[in-house]
Amino acid sequence: MDFDLTDEQRLLADSVNRFVSDRYGDFEKRKAYRAEAKGYAAANWSAMAEMGLLGLPLSEEQGGFGGGPVEALLVMEAIGRGLVVEPYLATVVLGLGLLRRAGGQEDLLAEVAAGGTTLAFAHQERQARHDLHDIATTARQDGDAWVLDGAKGVALHGDSADRLLVSARTAGGRRDRAGIGLFLLDPATPGVTRRGYATQDGLRAAEVVLEGARATLLAADALPLIELVADEAIAALCAEAVGAMETLRDLTVDYLKTRQQFGRPIGEFQALQHRAADMLVATEQARSMAMYAAMMVQGSDPAARATALSAAKALVGRLADQLGKDAIQLHGGIAMTEEYKAGHYFKRLTMLGVLFGDVDHHIRRVVAAGGLPD
Amino acid sequence: MDLRYTADEIAFRDELRAFFRREIPAEIRRKVSEGRKLSREDIVTTQRVLHAHGLSVPNWPVEWGGKDWTPVQRYIFSEEIQAAAVPQPLSFNVNMVGPVIATFGNAAQKQRFLPPTANLDIWWAQGFSEPGAGSDLASLKTTARREGDEFVVNGQKTWTTLGQYADWIFCLVRTDPNARKKQEGISFLLIDMKTPGITVRPIITIDGGHEVNEVFFDEVKVPAENLVGELNKGWDYAKFLLSNERIGIARIGLTKERLARVKRLAQETPAGEGTVWDDPDFRRRLAWSEIELKALEITQMRVVAAQRTRAADKPDPSSSILKIKGSEIQQQATQLLMEVAGPYAMPRPDRDEDGANLPSVGPEWADAAAPLFFNYRKVSIYGGSNEIQRNIIAKAFLGL
Ligand SMILES: Cc1cc2nc3c(=O)[nH]c(=O)nc-3n(C[C@H](O)[C@H](O)[C@H](O)COP(=O)(O)OP(=O)(O)OC[C@H]3O[C@@H](n4cnc5c(N)ncnc54)[C@H](O)[C@@H]3O)c2cc1C
Repeated sequence: MDFDLTDEQRLLADSVNRFVSDRYGDFEKRKAYRAEAKGYAAANWSAMAEMGLLGLPLSEEQGGFGGGPVEALLVMEAIGRGLVVEPYLATVVLGLGLLRRAGGQEDLLAEVAAGGTTLAFAHQERQARHDLHDIATTARQDGDAWVLDGAKGVALHGDSADRLLVSARTAGGRRDRAGIGLFLLDPATPGVTRRGYATQDGLRAAEVVLEGARATLLAADALPLIELVADEAIAALCAEAVGAMETLRDLTVDYLKTRQQFGRPIGEFQALQHRAADMLVATEQARSMAMYAAMMVQGSDPAARATALSAAKALVGRLADQLGKDAIQLHGGIAMTEEYKAGHYFKRLTMLGVLFGDVDHHIRRVVAAGGLPD
Repeated sequence: MDLRYTADEIAFRDELRAFFRREIPAEIRRKVSEGRKLSREDIVTTQRVLHAHGLSVPNWPVEWGGKDWTPVQRYIFSEEIQAAAVPQPLSFNVNMVGPVIATFGNAAQKQRFLPPTANLDIWWAQGFSEPGAGSDLASLKTTARREGDEFVVNGQKTWTTLGQYADWIFCLVRTDPNARKKQEGISFLLIDMKTPGITVRPIITIDGGHEVNEVFFDEVKVPAENLVGELNKGWDYAKFLLSNERIGIARIGLTKERLARVKRLAQETPAGEGTVWDDPDFRRRLAWSEIELKALEITQMRVVAAQRTRAADKPDPSSSILKIKGSEIQQQATQLLMEVAGPYAMPRPDRDEDGANLPSVGPEWADAAAPLFFNYRKVSIYGGSNEIQRNIIAKAFLGL
């Protein structure tokens, strides 16, 4: 057993933490980043490319760092602490996660790592809710290309992405596990309509309508790959939640120490002390589960992996929900304001709970598997 | 013991039900049901319809437009107006300042203020909280010093709900800074919002809405005749005002309506092979909320029934119970709705102050779900936070 980081990992953690505190330490800046054309800061994205963060999961031959789940955990935790708005999850965790494994797109991988191209994964469909295999979008072959028809929803950062990764059915019925292909699509292609919008947590997403849009097939029968990358995204979201929970807890504790009512800091009231103590317990339980997620996502048995990741998402989701609500409550009215930081952490934690499946969805999967894997 | 209504009470209820659905515009009721923002006009229109039918201020003395109803009838009114998703008469007018003026005001104040307050010709705001005085309201610092036949007010109020619409504000102000106890130097003052020296600044809440404000007072001159009751007795009037909130505070009728809507939408929202309603975990949670709400409804009826016999000075935990459980269940209902929306709770399409001009991204009801969930964190904070309510139960009732 070893919870220690390697020297390289420690360096990585230091540099991302520094990046986040430099660029997001002043919360007002986040507002300015969101107001930029793409809903995030172009300069931050370039800086992340320079730091090597955008090529993190690529192998050294591909010009990356060969970073695995532990590296992803360190980066995502820092992203959670700062409520970073850049499309790291969309481009690096999801986009590169799919693209590098599908193979055959070496130039594009390099462009993404250099910060010149962003990616988004347009997979989810409205009827599917959280079921990854529920795909109605169709793909039919036409010469060398494929032609896609269908509608995708809530594609994270899908509004500004330079390339879309899209799932579509080459065969089978809507809920069949077989016959789901993964495609690469230039959103400027005729037949692609995007409607971008802000999400409740201040990030961006898009609805994507495909009407005879021509695309390149990256991988046939890609569901196992999609499930693997979705599990990696869940591990990343758990780490992001831990970072956000920790920051929100610290913010709350600082407030309890400074806010005076009845002639004393409200932190002297034991009822509030116990709630703050529970926030610490919750953060540590969530952190342990995020580590478990990072470990299990590397497992070779997909069924065990899926159950473990669902377990992590369920527990982190439940803890983050309670911690977020308590943080608002312990602050009182101040945390209800858009101007104050706490509400933004609460909103992000709430949305993290929905992304890639809510608590109900994931606990159901753990139950269906008969409990945790050995 | 009989938990059922009498035949007369049922007739009374049915009449109200029909009246609300007939007289209040459906568009306004739909907004309430969906938890969307009401405009000033929506609230004014509704209150004037109620007033025209003698129903805007049933809790006031009869000579000022009140109703000689039994506690059960009052309760039925409060529940039915919520269940019909009718905006309630403006609480600041009807439950707060109106009863204070009717009880402690002088004859001239009653004549001048009560009729326009009932008809919402005057929109009142509540100026109690300050940046440094929330739960510890008695530590408020806004001062009013007497100069001739005026008070001169300086200070700041905050969290002033719908202050942007207000014509008048009723304030707690410190008139005796040297009083022995901080509660003793406070007075209850009525202030015209148009008076020079008042500045209103919006506070945007986490759901993106503008429902609260900061109100600044800089050498604001208020005629001394706007003092309610006696000088330095404002704290007593404030306590009276807060205790009047008991009926309806739990918003059981509204939550019932909202839970029914959650159920309906869950049955319509696709999820894989079926709908959200097929998920037993979801149904179980909804069932718990319904059960807790039923218990609270009966608790509330017990409180109503006991009002006939209760000794006025006996400590009573009931309003704290109603506040704690009522707020918790209201919050649960908003979370359940957000869960039904699933991924479509995420989009936040651009829209103007009070409605959709850009089409919704998901189902139309879904964009309002997360903002409502965020916004409803307030119900366990305001009106005496749930922690303060537990302190009241522990200290005043349990003697701990
Ligand atoms: C949306 C909204 C609308 C409002 N509208 C109005 C309005 O129209 N007019 C008006 O005057 N006010 C209004 N308020 C103010 C409201 O009444 C206050 O927010 C409330 O009194 C709490 O005060 P505070 O926010 O300063 O929190 P604080 O009093 O600072 O409390 C912070 C935390 O400490 C806890 N706490 C405080 N004291 C104790 C204690 N002794 N023991 C244990 N825990 C304690 C609280 O429960 C809370 O969790 C509104 C508030 C909100 C959020």
